[in-house]
Amino acid sequence: MSGSILFQAIIFLAGAIICVPIAKRFGLSSVLGYLIAGIVIGPYVLGFVGEEGEDILHFAEFGVVIMLFLIGLEIEPRSFWKMRKAIAGMGGAQLALTLSLAYLLFITLGFDSKVSLVIGMSVVLSSTAIVLQTLKEKGLMDTSFGNSSFSILLFQDIIVIPMLAIIPLLSSGNTHVDSGHGDELHVYLLEDLPLGVQTLAVILSVVLVILAGRYLFVPMLRLVAKTRLRELLSASALLIVLGLSLVMELVGLSPALGAFLGGVVLATSEFKHELESNLEPFKGLLLGLFFMAVGASINFIVIGDNPLMITGLVLGVIVLKAIVLFIVGSLFKMKLDQKILLSVSLAQVGEFAFVLLSFAFQLSILDRTYLDMMLVVTALSMTLAPILGIINERFIIPRIGTKRSAERTADHIAKTHRVILIGFGHFGGSVGRFLRSYGIEATILDQDSNRVDLLRKMGFEVYYGDATRLELLESAGIEEAEVVICAIDNPDVSVELARVLKDKYPHLKLMMRAKNRIDASELLNLGITNVYRETLETSVRMASDVLHHMGFRKYTVYRQAQNFIKYDEDSLRRLADSPRTGEDFIFKVRQEIEQQEKLLEEDLRRGIVDSDQQWDSEQIRLSRSKSAEN
Amino acid sequence: MHWYARHFKQQSADLLNQIVIASYFSEHTKIPMAKVLVLFAHPKYERSRVNRRLVEQIKHHEEVTFHDLYQQYPDFNIDVVLEKNLLTNHDVIIWHHPFYWYSCPPLMKQWIDVVLEYNWAYGPKGNALQGKQVLSVITTGGTPEVYCAQGNNNYSVNEFLRPFEQTARLCGMDYLPPFAVMGTYQLSEVDLDTYAEKFNKILTLLKNGEVDLSNSSRFMNDLPALKNTTSS
Repeated sequence: MSGSILFQAIIFLAGAIICVPIAKRFGLSSVLGYLIAGIVIGPYVLGFVGEEGEDILHFAEFGVVIMLFLIGLEIEPRSFWKMRKAIAGMGGAQLALTLSLAYLLFITLGFDSKVSLVIGMSVVLSSTAIVLQTLKEKGLMDTSFGNSSFSILLFQDIIVIPMLAIIPLLSSGNTHVDSGHGDELHVYLLEDLPLGVQTLAVILSVVLVILAGRYLFVPMLRLVAKTRLRELLSASALLIVLGLSLVMELVGLSPALGAFLGGVVLATSEFKHELESNLEPFKGLLLGLFFMAVGASINFIVIGDNPLMITGLVLGVIVLKAIVLFIVGSLFKMKLDQKILLSVSLAQVGEFAFVLLSFAFQLSILDRTYLDMMLVVTALSMTLAPILGIINERFIIPRIGTKRSAERTADHIAKTHRVILIGFGHFGGSVGRFLRSYGIEATILDQDSNRVDLLRKMGFEVYYGDATRLELLESAGIEEAEVVICAIDNPDVSVELARVLKDKYPHLKLMMRAKNRIDASELLNLGITNVYRETLETSVRMASDVLHHMGFRKYTVYRQAQNFIKYDEDSLRRLADSPRTGEDFIFKVRQEIEQQEKLLEEDLRRGIVDSDQQWDSEQIRLSRSKSAEN
Repeated sequence: MHWYARHFKQQSADLLNQIVIASYFSEHTKIPMAKVLVLFAHPKYERSRVNRRLVEQIKHHEEVTFHDLYQQYPDFNIDVVLEKNLLTNHDVIIWHHPFYWYSCPPLMKQWIDVVLEYNWAYGPKGNALQGKQVLSVITTGGTPEVYCAQGNNNYSVNEFLRPFEQTARLCGMDYLPPFAVMGTYQLSEVDLDTYAEKFNKILTLLKNGEVDLSNSSRFMNDLPALKNTTSS
């Protein structure tokens, strides 16, 4: 029963749906919720998930790959280049210090030197999944602590590769054949080739990723975009990430690193937001699965056998890592609160430790006891990480007096625009150009990839995407925006969008383009006041020009036209009836005729309006002479 | 916006043509010595009996530039550069408007506000208009008897025109006595003809630089040269 995929899927999904909201309710991070869910459904509590937990763990690691791709998307190549010193400097310092201290610690505990080295290496690595998920959830990526964390994690992702290359050198020869999951990890094409060729292949593959990003992925996405099929975009986004992972695995690089590079290359493309919103659900689900698998893999029997040793090791490793991180933070002149945040958030042992340790086990460097013990230490430290984070955040940081929030606000304003403009066609284009001529830059969303391409060449900041998807609006910064301009051509889409936005973001100022009186009425009925009928001003202006042409004075016609527009808007608001649902085409036509009829009746009642009598000297003269006669 | 822009361009071209014509006349005929610009402001010109007659007179003088502000700027968006060019190219400026609430219609005031720029029209470097002449041409419903210390309006038209007079002075221009058509509601067609003819003569005098102010009349209407003007 428990072997059925359907059953497993139900267990994991139900576990997540029950545990994560509870964790969130108590103000804990989602990561902790997933970990607890994993423990609960795992072999030692409810027993729904058994040995296969570790296979799921490896499958779910793909979530980490997607996450790094998404992070890459947020980092433009230029800023990545700027980060190189931080990555090498902080990452290198953290590696050297942690590795040597951990090595010394395990040697003193009486471990074999090879074992100490392997364990030391695995201890160096922190959990990209946990840290970045937490940073993103709390919006701390732009702080100096967030940046440093990211630099160190990226360095660790890179350094895993030489580590995996060194471990076989420590091996005495005989390998554990039956090691289950580990064997696919080190099967790559270049294994038997000389080191020089391997290095060349690695460099080539990185170049390949960059070139593919420019000349393969973007044209492919454009092609797909033209079909206007949303699911094809999701498919191509997944295809890109999977393809990158495969190439990286073939040459023996970490798939996460390849995905990250691919993301960086695509960060400047117009598909950035669309890729983000397409991959976000996959990432979320897979990461959740990953954390649950970690929780399920905690071997409570090992803990029960040796509770003191395990507790000591977990605490020892966390304290050691935290101290090293604090020193690194000091070396790089971080502020005290940022240093403490860095120390606590990266103090856990990460998912790469599973890989390294299993690999070393296959090569007979570690025996089963050490492996199980260290796997438990890793899983426990990952479970403790969010708890430590909460303790730090609630009890330690407030005492230091943090200025983090102020810094963050400034960063946010610089990045997101106050105005979001949806649709950059003939209508939205004029809106955007005029705003820009006033020095107001808007975040622009558009659905036509050809236009997006052209506009980007002209220096506009335009992104490709379907604005009715909330995730896209969220990544475009709708939370921080003040005004959302909807210049979408299709009234059905804009009415639907208005309904959703009005509901989800009541604080937003909505400025809606309306095609005609019908959708204008619908928008008014939704309680939106700023509704702009695209045809009203133009048609009245045309009629004005006809009148000029016939010899009427321009100023008189101008004022009359203004009054007419006002009258027409008023009548629209008056005639807008209660919301109607289920309109089909025939109904709309009938509705239009009804409206036209009402309008013409109103006009008839209004008659010919001669305004501005105050300037009419003839009128005054005639009335004066009339009163003189009486 | 662009439809207006195109529109303005056309109008500006017409005006520049007029200026060119005017300067052609000033160079090739002996008679006109000064170039005259009429800035006309009436929000409801099509309903003004008196002003229609006056404007007809202006049209007799091909070389006088007639600039219809309400027709040119129905949205009040005055083209300052164009207006300044016009001023530079003329010697006599006529502010021609009905007298509303003891002043000019709002577009005329808008014109004064935006065109007469600091350090161009006035101020330490503002000498672009030095030595030009300004004439107010106004039409009032009230008669001269209403516009005096004993009348309902308490003050004379000259007193009410003080802001215009001082505006001209601040810009270094000579403010001529105004030409006023008063009591417009009671004017017969014959009266209108007489006023029209007077205005016609004034335009000729201004063009030829023959306005004689030695007897310092309160109104242009009373110039000795116009003494015997009746409807022709």
